[in-house]
Amino acid sequence: MVDMVSRPYATAFEKFAGGNPDILCLSADLTSSCEIDGFRDRYPDQFVSMGMAEQNMLSFAGGLGLAGFRPFIHTFGVFMYRRPYDQLMASIAYPRRKVRLMGFLPGVTTPGGMTHQSIEDISVMRSIPNMSILETGDATEVESICEAADSIDGPVWCRVLRGSVPRLFDTPIKVGEMRVLSEGTDILVVTSGISTEEALRARSALAQAGLSIRHIHLHTIKPFDHKQLLDHIGSVKHGVVTLENHVTEGGIGSLVAETMADAGIGKRLIRLGLKDTYAHGGSRPYLMRYYGLDALALVRGIERLMEQEFGISEDDLDATRVDDVHSLVKAEAL
Amino acid sequence: MRNEKTTEEVALGIRRRVFEHAMRNNGGYLSQACSAAEQLAWLYHEELNLGAPTLPPVPEPFGGVPSADNADYHTGAGYNGPFSPEYDRLFIAPAHYALVAYATLIETGRMAPEGLEMFNKDGSSVEMIGAEHSPGMEVHNGTLGIGLSTGAGLAYGRKRRGEPGRTWVFMSDGEVQEGQTWEAVQACAFHGIDNLYAIMDVNDQQCDGAMSSVMEVGDIATKFSNFGATCVEVDGHDLTAIRDASKEAHEGRPLIILARTSPFHTMSILEERFPRLHYVRFKSEDERARFNTSIAADLGVDPIDYAH
Repeated sequence: MVDMVSRPYATAFEKFAGGNPDILCLSADLTSSCEIDGFRDRYPDQFVSMGMAEQNMLSFAGGLGLAGFRPFIHTFGVFMYRRPYDQLMASIAYPRRKVRLMGFLPGVTTPGGMTHQSIEDISVMRSIPNMSILETGDATEVESICEAADSIDGPVWCRVLRGSVPRLFDTPIKVGEMRVLSEGTDILVVTSGISTEEALRARSALAQAGLSIRHIHLHTIKPFDHKQLLDHIGSVKHGVVTLENHVTEGGIGSLVAETMADAGIGKRLIRLGLKDTYAHGGSRPYLMRYYGLDALALVRGIERLMEQEFGISEDDLDATRVDDVHSLVKAEAL
Repeated sequence: MRNEKTTEEVALGIRRRVFEHAMRNNGGYLSQACSAAEQLAWLYHEELNLGAPTLPPVPEPFGGVPSADNADYHTGAGYNGPFSPEYDRLFIAPAHYALVAYATLIETGRMAPEGLEMFNKDGSSVEMIGAEHSPGMEVHNGTLGIGLSTGAGLAYGRKRRGEPGRTWVFMSDGEVQEGQTWEAVQACAFHGIDNLYAIMDVNDQQCDGAMSSVMEVGDIATKFSNFGATCVEVDGHDLTAIRDASKEAHEGRPLIILARTSPFHTMSILEERFPRLHYVRFKSEDERARFNTSIAADLGVDPIDYAH
């Protein structure tokens, strides 16, 4: 059973930012939802409430950057780029302000439906010059996201997990690197965020089916080490499968596809994720099953790539975690 | 930086330069010079506490956009002097006033007259819509409505650091149609940002024409006050009134001066083009010649020999 950590961001942000006069904590009326309520109470001087006014918040943060501060903006990811995209571009990205954009509820990690699910944020951020992108896939990465983000000379977009988060790794994020979780020779599986936990659920079943899987986990999506990815692709016989909590256009599936095409790699690529569709509201396991983002979807993707069925069913996969919708580790049911 | 001119003379000089430029180029942002010359002349010549320019009088060519690979990148803010704590900062929020702002830099000795010859030329940093790297600019404001928020963030940060310098934003009235302007004012009031100052050119004009025909904005002075600013409304061509307005007490609130102006002040023939004054391009050589004669007479100069 995987070790679960309660509210790792709350602890990590306070430890990292508390007492640092150059870091300001900005919030847009989602303070407890983004686990910074304790920080607000214990470091009120560093906490800046911006209200439900994201356009002003982003340009204001740009102004703070100009004054030499490093603002950490906290809200749900969708609210930080869809409405205030112009401000993100002109006030933060273009001038390379050191603004740390902490986007909560990535992809289908919320039952809040279309308005709350950031399903195309990586695609958007990848196409913004000067923007860096980090994504957390476990508690250790959440615990190290503040330090990693703050080491970047420019703006950085972070996909942050909240509430009860599994611990999968024991080393912090090192910006620009990737985690090699297994070094098989048949198929390369590339995952990020919560998709990595799904891939791990399928690990033993795939091994029992006789498949040698090379699995890499991406916490740094931009900048990206294309050469290292190409080395991994060169180490497998059959091809690559990507799985992401995001639309397949512009996310890590596209990143891998572009890397392969640029290098003239002729291997097969199966991209799994949201396929040109919005999601709706529901629990995470339900949504991941419904939209083909879970461990079973990965197995089916590998079967498609191999043009072979391995007889793996749900029962053969490691158990999925079912979080309580109403839980003390979350501010609301979202 | 002070010189021997009066602010009235600086304003006249701005209009003469913009007029000459518009005649030579068969058009330009003429009405913005009519409405805003006193405000920009007053800011640069009297009100702002700025150090000497840190960039060369003749602007350098475009040096690339900000990127990790462009180590030499700098904004055009050096024309307003160094970033010392005691000095004021200025954002030109409506970046299409750039021509008028550049003329102001020349009239106040901060840029060489050659700078205006580079206006809107390929490879030049003296861009038509003022960019971060254009003379006198510090941030991109071509997308209207973001300037006041950026100024608010900078002012809040400087206040936290105990810097005495003020942050000024030159605004245009069309920006009140953007919701972000109101978000900025409410945030300033909530956080007590009183080292932020704005002077707004209220000329009642926008790109499509008279504001009342595009989107009615109502009593903006009352709206600003209700959102938490201290707001003073004055005749934007009356320098004494502008000076008095800037002295208004505004503890805990930003000060916003609404400068009510005429878009054809000192260039009466422009009224012929009302209500399309945003960018005046001459429709015929005859019109160009008539405007040349008329405006030259208004401004007390000889007509421009634009054929050469």
